[in-house]
Amino acid sequence: MKEEARSQILGSIRRALKRGPVDEERQRALDERLANPRPNLIPARAASLQHAAQVDLFVAMAEEVQTTVARVSSIAEVPSAVADYLAQSNLPSRLVMTPEPQLDEVPWDARPMLEIRRGRAEDGDAVGITGCFAAIAETGTLMLISGQRNPTRNNFLPDTHIVVMHRDQVVGTYEDGWTQLRARQHTAAGAFAIPRTVNFITGPSRTGDIEQRIELGAHGPRRLHIVLIEDAGTSP
Amino acid sequence: MQATSHSFKANAHQALGNANLQKALHLMRSGFPARRAAAIARLPEFEALREEGKVIKDHVLENLDFYLETFERNVVARGGEVHWCRTPQEARDTVLAICRRFEAKTVTKGKSMIAEEIALNDHLEQNGITPVETDLGEYIIQIRHEYPSHIIAPAIHLVKEQIAQSFRETHTNLDPARLLEEAPTLVAEARAVLRQKFLAADVGITGANFCIAETGSTIIVTNEGNGDLTQTLPKAHIVLASLEKMVPTLEDAATILRLLARSATGQDFSAYTTVSTGPRRPGDMDGPEEYHVVFIDNGRSAMLGTEFQDMLRCIRCGACMNHCPVYATVGGHAYGWVYPGPMGAVLTPSLVGVDEAGHLPNASTFCGKCESVCPMKIPLPKMMRHWREREYENKLSPVTYRSGLALWAFFAKRPALYHTLAEWGARFLGAVGGPRGHFRSLPLAGGWTAGRDMPAPEGRSFQSLWAERQRKKAT
Amino acid sequence: MSDAPVRVGLFVTCLVDLFRPSVGFAAVKLLEEAGCTVEVPAAQTCCGQPAYNSGDKADAKAIARQVIDAFAGFDYVVVPSGSCGGMIKEHYPALFADDPALFQRAQHLAKRTHELVSFLADVRGLERVRAHYDGVATYHDACSGLRELGVKQQPRKLLAGVEGLTLKELPGAEICCGFGGTFCVKYPEISERMAADKAADIAATGADTLLAGDLGCLLNMAGKLSRLGNPVRVHHVAEVLAGVSDETPPIGAPARAEPR
Repeated sequence: MKEEARSQILGSIRRALKRGPVDEERQRALDERLANPRPNLIPARAASLQHAAQVDLFVAMAEEVQTTVARVSSIAEVPSAVADYLAQSNLPSRLVMTPEPQLDEVPWDARPMLEIRRGRAEDGDAVGITGCFAAIAETGTLMLISGQRNPTRNNFLPDTHIVVMHRDQVVGTYEDGWTQLRARQHTAAGAFAIPRTVNFITGPSRTGDIEQRIELGAHGPRRLHIVLIEDAGTSP
Repeated sequence: MQATSHSFKANAHQALGNANLQKALHLMRSGFPARRAAAIARLPEFEALREEGKVIKDHVLENLDFYLETFERNVVARGGEVHWCRTPQEARDTVLAICRRFEAKTVTKGKSMIAEEIALNDHLEQNGITPVETDLGEYIIQIRHEYPSHIIAPAIHLVKEQIAQSFRETHTNLDPARLLEEAPTLVAEARAVLRQKFLAADVGITGANFCIAETGSTIIVTNEGNGDLTQTLPKAHIVLASLEKMVPTLEDAATILRLLARSATGQDFSAYTTVSTGPRRPGDMDGPEEYHVVFIDNGRSAMLGTEFQDMLRCIRCGACMNHCPVYATVGGHAYGWVYPGPMGAVLTPSLVGVDEAGHLPNASTFCGKCESVCPMKIPLPKMMRHWREREYENKLSPVTYRSGLALWAFFAKRPALYHTLAEWGARFLGAVGGPRGHFRSLPLAGGWTAGRDMPAPEGRSFQSLWAERQRKKAT
Repeated sequence: MSDAPVRVGLFVTCLVDLFRPSVGFAAVKLLEEAGCTVEVPAAQTCCGQPAYNSGDKADAKAIARQVIDAFAGFDYVVVPSGSCGGMIKEHYPALFADDPALFQRAQHLAKRTHELVSFLADVRGLERVRAHYDGVATYHDACSGLRELGVKQQPRKLLAGVEGLTLKELPGAEICCGFGGTFCVKYPEISERMAADKAADIAATGADTLLAGDLGCLLNMAGKLSRLGNPVRVHHVAEVLAGVSDETPPIGAPARAEPR
């Protein structure tokens, strides 16, 4: 039945399009389109800017959607930035942290009152810290990827989500983000090895389902806080 | 979902008298259009991107078989499975079979109009499985045993008090004396209740805004994060996708994503746009063990190559209904099925038949607002007119209407006769109605004069006055 | 303004012909003052929209052929209505897509066809009318004129030059009034509600006058305002621009001055 349904659907499509299966010429053209795509029409908003201005745009766009951003000058300042944020927001100093190298480089010992558990988030975790893959300036969007050290649920279960990133992770557009990911993750043969999950996160969780009033914290985190390290770090 | 589109007029009558609904619709009218306008004012390339989006989707439709097969190959290469379903029945059976393999008791659901289309929830319940809607709007209508009234904001027809009432009736383990006056409290309660469901679910079912052929990925666009918890925590992730969700590459999706949120809610981008590909990878700390994409045809392939093909470009943003003056007065339930508003008026007859849904493409003034805001440039009024042509050919419109039209056309094609009638009509109606200037009631125009006066003609027809003027000039 | 005399065929529209010839005469006056000679072919009745929008393509085509024949040979065809103008300009060619000869003739007609106010402003280059009107007017953008023919700024520009007239923008000016031709016959309840919403928007402006470029919309809005007892004066914009609005009672108003 499965094979029958499949061929019936494909047959129905081909009949409607008044042709048989894709012939060689069409196949070549379609393969070509996939292999060598025409560049997208990219909005000038971020693409026309130099990197420094893109970083500022990223911060401005993120703040527009209720993301809070703390800019620090070096990785050494991250622990105090996190501790201060938690204190100011009256949040507990117990955190779950994705066990990724970018975060392991942070000198967390500088703030021993931060109780950090490395690993997967569980329900009940009030605060979670992750890194990110890239930060898209055009809409203040974080790009996070899943991996052996990056469980997706860490982006969604905790009430507060803190993202630690370097300024050189800022890119202009979604296309830039995909270009970088394709370059970084590929098989030996050169094919794109896309992660299980790629999350584009733009602000905290929200809903407008009650009389169209925007409320934060529908199911995902109700707070999204970014600690942006201004020195040139190493991108993940 | 059983259609009641044939009762559109009765549904609309009820809707016009529903005070809560009218209050809710007024909120919508002042909300969505303004937000969309503000968002696109900030993106000078928006108009050009509409054209780009149209070109991408038209290209996909012309090569739909190629892209479906490419997608399938890539899903399988990454450890997932693709199921091809011609009908709602096949899709329901497929989903049930997967749930049974996992001995699922609880299934969480991200918002999926396809799931509504195939009446999945009822089927699961009948087979001892509890589906839990996790999108807040869908959850609210689920506990009220209602259908969605809008494709983006399913509970848009409700006011706060109705939602609070439903929470009280459903969340009976909570303190009855608790306050539920304000939206934040309602959201917080839903968050707590649904968090437990997310954690308990054996299988998670989502829709797909896009299917990406080059990687075998599916994309969901949400604001709440419910789709993400639905697909990440359970043992299996099932994606329901109709055939036309296909898009060639991630970059093609980026173009259309620039149009989607702006058109839907006026956001530049939704809070969560998630690209999922296959089951968890070796060594991953979370993610589903199995990834299933269930393709549903249910009439889509039959729309290809017809005058309705353009409708397959729809990305389900809801802009058309947000801006439709008819939807703004009667709301979504009046349309009687899954898809309301202008896109529902075009799509529903294709899926449930024009004899059931014939009212929908007729209940339009062809003001054209929908087409002007559609990010994919779908010519909605034109396709509604095509449905009217089909109805006319098949004699599906009411007899009185058809005879009235035929009579009128008879005269309209015979100018001399028409002019005589027009002159006498103008004289008669002008004489009777002139002193007051209008008619408070008029035989054969009862529908109009029930709520409006009918202005009286001036008393002569233009053609006869003009002829007189020309005769005077000649002498 | 161009000096060359142009031969204009006036497409009267069925509603103007039956309900309000004054609009037709106002159009003629404006066109003559703009340097056109105006003829009114007798072999016209309607643009065919009622048949077209009811799915009756055969009758729509027959009526369209009639119009194409009647208006052959004019430099321009001018219509005091965006919806009839749109029908001729946008939909006639589509109607004859499978008939090359008629398609060409329909295209030729479409190219020459214009809605009245946009013709005066955009084609004749009219900057200002010589007219007087005492009042505060608000303007409704009829849908087809707006979305099919781009009529938006032109009436506002010309009204701005009318002495004594203050223009107040109507919130939701671009929202459909609910007439929709066959729609108000088929779905009168919904149509009436849309008209009521429009009437509320009009009342909220505080204007004493309502103007628009389409008689269908005007009959609908005037009918609702009248039923509500709202004394707002309703005119076709051509009447005000031609300076003849005091020669005829407003739409729906009594023939003789009578207390309401």
